[in-house]
Amino acid sequence: MPSLPPIRPEDEARAANLHEHGAFDPAGGAQGGALFEFLLRLGDDSLVLGQRLSEWTGHAPSVEVDLSLANIALDLIGQATFFLDYAGEVEGKERDGDRLAFHRDVLDFRNCLLVEQPNGDFARTMARQFLFSAWQHRLFAHLAASADARIAAIAAKAVKEVAYHQELAAEWVIRLGDGTDESRRRMQDGIDWMARFVPELFEADDLTLFLAEKGIGVDPNAFRADYEEQVAAVLREATLDPLPVQRPILGGRRGHHSEHLGHLLCTLQFLPRTYPEAVW
Amino acid sequence: MYTTELQKSAKIASTEDPEKLAAFEARVAADEFIEPKDWMPEAYRRTLTRQISQHAHSEIVGMLPEGNWITRAPSLRRKTILLAKVQDEAGHGLYLYSAAETLGTSREEMIEALHSGKAKYSTIFNYPTLTWADIGAIGWLVDGAAIMNQVPLQRTSYGPYARAMVRVCKEESFHQRQGYEICMAMMAGTPDQRRMMQDAFNRWWWPSLMMFGPPDENSPNTAQSMRWRIKRETNDELRQKFVDITVPQADAIGLTVPDPALKWNEAKGGYDFGDIDWEEFYAVVRGEGPVARERMIARRDAWEQNAWVREAAAAYAEKHARKREAA
Amino acid sequence: MSAGDWPLWEVFVRSKGGLSHRHVGSVHAPDPEIALRHARDTYTRRMEGVSLWVVPSAQIVASDPADDASMFDPAADKVYRHPTFYTIPDDVKHI
Repeated sequence: MPSLPPIRPEDEARAANLHEHGAFDPAGGAQGGALFEFLLRLGDDSLVLGQRLSEWTGHAPSVEVDLSLANIALDLIGQATFFLDYAGEVEGKERDGDRLAFHRDVLDFRNCLLVEQPNGDFARTMARQFLFSAWQHRLFAHLAASADARIAAIAAKAVKEVAYHQELAAEWVIRLGDGTDESRRRMQDGIDWMARFVPELFEADDLTLFLAEKGIGVDPNAFRADYEEQVAAVLREATLDPLPVQRPILGGRRGHHSEHLGHLLCTLQFLPRTYPEAVW
Repeated sequence: MYTTELQKSAKIASTEDPEKLAAFEARVAADEFIEPKDWMPEAYRRTLTRQISQHAHSEIVGMLPEGNWITRAPSLRRKTILLAKVQDEAGHGLYLYSAAETLGTSREEMIEALHSGKAKYSTIFNYPTLTWADIGAIGWLVDGAAIMNQVPLQRTSYGPYARAMVRVCKEESFHQRQGYEICMAMMAGTPDQRRMMQDAFNRWWWPSLMMFGPPDENSPNTAQSMRWRIKRETNDELRQKFVDITVPQADAIGLTVPDPALKWNEAKGGYDFGDIDWEEFYAVVRGEGPVARERMIARRDAWEQNAWVREAAAAYAEKHARKREAA
Repeated sequence: MSAGDWPLWEVFVRSKGGLSHRHVGSVHAPDPEIALRHARDTYTRRMEGVSLWVVPSAQIVASDPADDASMFDPAADKVYRHPTFYTIPDDVKHI
């Protein structure tokens, strides 16, 4: 059987000096700095979740629910536009929000794994929404006091939107959990699916700690207990099992996503990538 | 459009109380509004129920051809705008179902009628959206035709319908503009974009003309509809107006109208245009449109596959209503 | 309630502080909290509201149009309820 080629000394030397892809480099690194990375995380979270919700258009359980989901999607895409436009400015390489949204591949996306999970049924969608919005609400409440004035402004506006998302999602989790046997089964399934990606929301990597120290960002562990209490309360009221404890599944913040993101980006990015000269 | 079915509107039965009937017609002739609990002839109630519910169905089914492109919209701005537009259509459907329900038919019954094929919706939504350019064409042409039908309905005789239409018209104003803006961007763009846009225009032009319904000679109940302030102008009059308004808009961005017979007629002060393929129109009305089946399946699935959600919420409400009473 | 549709609620919106709530339409919803959500998502998307009421449609009690004459016509000739019916000399102030 043929064997692998030997490792050349020069390759070994190069590998020793390379950062893990996407890892935070306070000196600036290939991606233009901490603030840029942080804005991508915020923008990509909202963009990917907004894209997922917009898949429901015309297919919701009732016309009213269609309106609710579209409202949330619109809020999220609005947030994404603000964060990604700002990210482009900070990077200073003439990329705007559209350039960032439609021309990066998976390794350069910085959303958490939770938001890229497929919609599944309405229960799974609400599980994702509740677990994410409860976190995003607390995050934005803190970011409204960010030392970065632009982030503070975006967060101050968005926190009101997200308060609504969180309440609406919680109401649905409760009704589906404490509804019929079938809805409880589906709601429990949905929570179990999404629960795997909650620990990543509280990952405090070097970038997070660096920006928290500067007052620009926040360490989500500052509100973890509060978040867990609210989640527990809602699950109790929904007559569902408490969130299972499990080993964190990480990677989204470093561009190592689930298999789902690639497919999502294919759909999202098809037109601009196929017609690179076109203005729409 | 949804007025397609008006030719089938019921005749007023001779068993209706002639005094009440005369009073009713007098009120309508005096531009008054009929409200939900007012006396009305059965024919009026049936006609309005069909008219309004089919208008509602059109809005809901109309979400699908455009909804098809939300996830592929080519910029964040376009995505936002399209999502808002389609959401408006859901809202319009909702306002119209609400108005129809005041006449005594439940929304559930109306949805059942749609899904069983008994109720109709505008033929235009049985055509597929093949490229992003279709989204521009739909906003410009389909919403344009809809606006022409809807503006006069703001003074229609049935109060709830008129008020719903006022709301709809206020929200509709951006729909056509966003569509035309897409067309402008496409025609000012790359050769690929221009090709896509001309192709979309070629496919949506004739179906848009069909939205105004069959020719006047095949629309026998126009007189009654006009008396009841459901129609102000005939199908052919509106169609002519639409052509006269829209052709210059096409010219302005360099689109060729796919009608070799199109010609300005100085004497009549409007365009002469080619014959519409009424065979195609009636086939689509019968349910044989290119994606009619897909549209129905999508709506049926959304309703039936999510029945468990509505059941669950109903079960929760019942459990907690009992708890509230017991407290 | 079955797997069919939810019950109907009437929606009233106060568009600005100081104004009354106005009837704007209806929504279907399974319970009061969801009815408020649906009303908000449907009827206040263009900044048209500062306050919402939702009432189950079945609870609305309406006057019967057949009684319009006896309910509303008598008010037409009770002109003494209107301030302009009374003549007060111009030089008497604040009345």
